[in-house]
Amino acid sequence: MTLNLAEELSSITTKATASDWRAAIRLAGDGLVAGGVTTEAYTEEMITAVEEHGPYIVIAPGIALAHSRPAESVLKGGLSWVSLETPVEFGHASNDPVSLVIGLAALDHTAHIEVLKAVAGVLSNKEVRARLEAAETPDQVRELLSSLATK
Amino acid sequence: MKIVAVCGMGIGTSVLLKMNAEKVLASLGIDAEVEAADIGVARGAAQTADIVLTSDELAPEIGDVPAEVIIIDNFFDLDEITAKLTPAVQ
Repeated sequence: MTLNLAEELSSITTKATASDWRAAIRLAGDGLVAGGVTTEAYTEEMITAVEEHGPYIVIAPGIALAHSRPAESVLKGGLSWVSLETPVEFGHASNDPVSLVIGLAALDHTAHIEVLKAVAGVLSNKEVRARLEAAETPDQVRELLSSLATK
Repeated sequence: MKIVAVCGMGIGTSVLLKMNAEKVLASLGIDAEVEAADIGVARGAAQTADIVLTSDELAPEIGDVPAEVIIIDNFFDLDEITAKLTPAVQ
């Protein structure tokens, strides 16, 4: 893996508290806004996507990839990372509850593929995933992701 | 062989599914074209595809298509994708 995911993350939040799935997506959206990746409208678009299509963004046990489509609300491509203190239910048949929400914004349909490859590479490794979940601070997440990128 | 990976917006989950399906197909030695599509495009694309890969939530939205619709629960789990895709491509 050559891409350093730590450098792609516009914000990292650990041990966050969310009352429900909407609040969890808002935290991921806030991270994108804070990083200058999106406007607040994109956060609402991510929520609307789930309202319209269901919790299909819960792509693996415990992991939601919150995103909407390329739009004016996307200023540049980017990712945010939110790990939750207490997992929340998204209403997914097999992958609930969710403890990690990754917010994704993209300017087009191809620009972020390398980033997604890095995400898949990191999170499909169960041991790495467990260490990331155990991380108490954003710095710990960043260090772990950076160490993976240099391997 | 044509395979369509479908998600709601066509940028996030379907791209992950496409990448992992390509990995599985390469390991099986199967030559296939995998396309990522959002749900709007997918209904059309699925008419000419052999296989549609998607999540449980979106499968009903694809409707009645000639393609075989395969539901993937864990998009990161290559073992699951391999187990479900192998009988369909061989």
